[in-house]
Amino acid sequence: MNKPATETRTVIVEREIPYPPEKIWRALTQPHLIEEWLMKNDFKPDVDHRFRLSADWGGVDCQVLAVEPNRTLSYTWAAYGLESVVTWTLTPTNTGTHLRMEHSGFQADQRQAYQGDRYGWQQFFAKLEQVLARLD
Amino acid sequence: MSNTHDMLFRSLADPTRRSIFERLCRDGEQTVGALTSQSGVSQPAVSKHLGVLKQAGLVRDRHKGRQTHYSAQLGALAPLIDWTSQMAGFWQSRFDHLEDLLKRMDQ
Repeated sequence: MNKPATETRTVIVEREIPYPPEKIWRALTQPHLIEEWLMKNDFKPDVDHRFRLSADWGGVDCQVLAVEPNRTLSYTWAAYGLESVVTWTLTPTNTGTHLRMEHSGFQADQRQAYQGDRYGWQQFFAKLEQVLARLD
Repeated sequence: MSNTHDMLFRSLADPTRRSIFERLCRDGEQTVGALTSQSGVSQPAVSKHLGVLKQAGLVRDRHKGRQTHYSAQLGALAPLIDWTSQMAGFWQSRFDHLEDLLKRMDQ
């Protein structure tokens, strides 16, 4: 119950995929392939590279944080002033790959570092949850 | 992500606007004047922020005499509070697309 707000705002999706990590890695890192399952983009698998994912409803500004070929890929995900982080982890199994995606949002420290915003979203949610709790 | 969602996020992405909204959540209904005195920005700026919040359904205004009173509409926050399930749905469907793509790709 007393988990920090960052933890409660995390989305994890995991799947067993019947293909080797190398193949999945290509789908996660080659722009024309990323476009087929995620969004249009100008991705490059280089740390610090800034890229944008665009869709008809708008877009997401991203920056590569970590690249470990066939194992880990991590990038920031900024939409509507909310900074979050998407991390992909590929683990080989006997039948293919265990693919894990963790999307963690609303990290107040990070947001302050990037934008100097004195009102972090995390604090906002903490306050909001207090208000909502009082309303029974 | 819908337009409602978009508007909600945009309206709360601004720190001044968020602080005005927080104050209404915390302290209840207030006039523009009262909000201005604590906000550090001009009254027209506060009114403009309130207009954006109103458009997003986050505040309601009530006219009483020459004053307009604003109150927070917490129900409008439901989609935001539901961020986790929205994003989970988004990523589940992307995983489906990814698996379809992998089937079509050469080894």
